[in-house]
Amino acid sequence: MAMEFLTIYWRDMLRFFRFRGLLFASLVQPALWMAFFGVAMSSNFDRFSMPAALPPGALFVPYLTFMAAGVIALTTLFTSLFGGISLLFDKNWGLMREILASPIPRSHLLLGISLSGMTKSYIQVVIIMIFGLLIGVRFFPGASPLHIVVAIAGILLFVGIFSLGFLFLSSTISMRMETPEGLQGVITLLSMPIFFVSNALYPVNTFPWAMQAASVANPLTHMVTGIRYFAIGPDFYALGGHYITTPLDLLLSLGALLAFAGVMFAIAWWTFKKAVVT
Amino acid sequence: MPDAIIDVQDLAHSFGDVKAVDGVSFQVRKGEIFSFLGPNGAGKSTTINILTTLLPIQRGTVRVAGYDVASEPEAVRQQIGIVFQEETLDRDLTVWEILEFHGRLYSMERAARHRRIDEMMGLVELTAKRDVQIKHLSGGMKRRLEIARGLMTRPQVLYLDEPTLGLDPQTRMRTWEYIRKVNDEGTTIFLTTHYMDEADRLSDRISIIDHGRIIVTGTAEELKNALGEDMIYLETDDNRTAEEVLAGIDSVKDAKPALRGLSVAITGEGARSLPVILERLKARGIGIRSASLKKPTLDDVFVHFTGREIRG
Ligand SMILES: Nc1ncnc2c1ncn2[C@@H]1O[C@H](COP(=O)(O)OP(=O)(O)OP(=O)(O)O)[C@@H](O)[C@H]1O
Ligand SMILES: [Mg+2]
Repeated sequence: MAMEFLTIYWRDMLRFFRFRGLLFASLVQPALWMAFFGVAMSSNFDRFSMPAALPPGALFVPYLTFMAAGVIALTTLFTSLFGGISLLFDKNWGLMREILASPIPRSHLLLGISLSGMTKSYIQVVIIMIFGLLIGVRFFPGASPLHIVVAIAGILLFVGIFSLGFLFLSSTISMRMETPEGLQGVITLLSMPIFFVSNALYPVNTFPWAMQAASVANPLTHMVTGIRYFAIGPDFYALGGHYITTPLDLLLSLGALLAFAGVMFAIAWWTFKKAVVT
Repeated sequence: MPDAIIDVQDLAHSFGDVKAVDGVSFQVRKGEIFSFLGPNGAGKSTTINILTTLLPIQRGTVRVAGYDVASEPEAVRQQIGIVFQEETLDRDLTVWEILEFHGRLYSMERAARHRRIDEMMGLVELTAKRDVQIKHLSGGMKRRLEIARGLMTRPQVLYLDEPTLGLDPQTRMRTWEYIRKVNDEGTTIFLTTHYMDEADRLSDRISIIDHGRIIVTGTAEELKNALGEDMIYLETDDNRTAEEVLAGIDSVKDAKPALRGLSVAITGEGARSLPVILERLKARGIGIRSASLKKPTLDDVFVHFTGREIRG
């Protein structure tokens, strides 16, 4: 099997670990969200969102735990949307010429950058989960160690596909843009609606009709569905609502993410094949 | 040319209104060192960028090592190496990491790669800087590293775009030796340079290019012979009038301003023309400050064909 993408991956990770400051900076925002917004909202919401009578054996999930999945999603979204920026820097510094003139296939350049972006997301997600558990997020309620391992694998699967999709998108934009400012603008434009028209912070079934439709088309919703399924369970109560995720729902969400990532890959591949340096 | 490893036919490339390359055709033989000489903006780097698949072909055809650059770019990239004119180094990596990354990009096998990296660091005397980040290197050290990087993979065709720019004399000489060595081992070299001595020493053949067109091609000897066996360098009180007078002398092929005087190409022996020339100038009342006879150099060739001094 051709492993050329590992070269690109190696360099990008080398730079990532050389500038650990970036990793810490990227963890500050999600930590603050959980520590302040999460804890504050929890203390309010949980007073009135607790159903008067829960059916026996039902699982009630406090808001902090509910939104922790959303914070993981938010962090992954940002990191992935920014992931292509290293391509832009390479372009601006002229480094891209070395790579584009070398025998490494363009698809491997895309793959290498995307996989290193995915790895960065994984590192963040794991750190956020640990941080969350420390401040009172109750993930994996009553699960055995084996279950927890499977659940974490499931979460990483959803996070991975989602982040690849957005990394492909970000790489495409970066290859077509001239400056990092341009990418920044696009990211700001995209991230707000993606984040708020989703189930990351609140249930979507009370949205107006059009927003509900948009949230179903939103990859973020599908990733959050996956994370909650594995981190909390298929059947729980939160924010006064009853959440049921059947295995079919889960598969549909997985399929939606795969389709999204597939389309983004196709667009990115086409862009990379035609890339020239001016 | 049957043994051409680079075959360029009617290549043209424009940036907006600027015709950077304007209908260029040439061949490079397998195993030779071929040089492009030309003033700034002549189109040398643009040609290299097209030949290395970094720019699309707008007109014409280019074949490198048997592959068509337009339709088989990936195969072409397997065959080539480049030292770019501009710096292309990741400032945050170390010297060793730069070379390791490059060797891996070219799928060099691990043991051979590491051996070659050590060898190349020794060649450009950067072994002591092995673990130093690029941002802490001097300009010349960075250039040396880029040369080492270009030479390490031993491609079929190696493009060197002004490789020794900014190097000290010793390093330039050592680089020449190594370019020769790489060439002897079978790598064809495409060189651009503004150093005429470099082109003279290294090149098997030279093309002079200006305004996106090739003006003349030949060996350094052939180009120099085109100016005649001898040249005369004159400094007079009135170079402008002297130029006119010279134009009317039969044995004078051509006179061009050079430095503080005139560079005169002549037919036949210089020793015979010189007295005639001096006589005619005197007859017009032009004072002569100095006159010397010399063999034409590549600098003279350059000035003759581009009509300008080298603007390095
Ligand atoms: N990316 C670009 N966009 C617009 N014009 C360009 C670009 N690259 C080169 N040019 C123009 O094309 C012409 C040829 O440039 P090129 O870089 O090929 O010259 P060169 O022979 O390499 O010169 P030098 O000796 O200064 O390196 C110049 O007029 C230059 O301004
Ligand atoms: Mg140039």
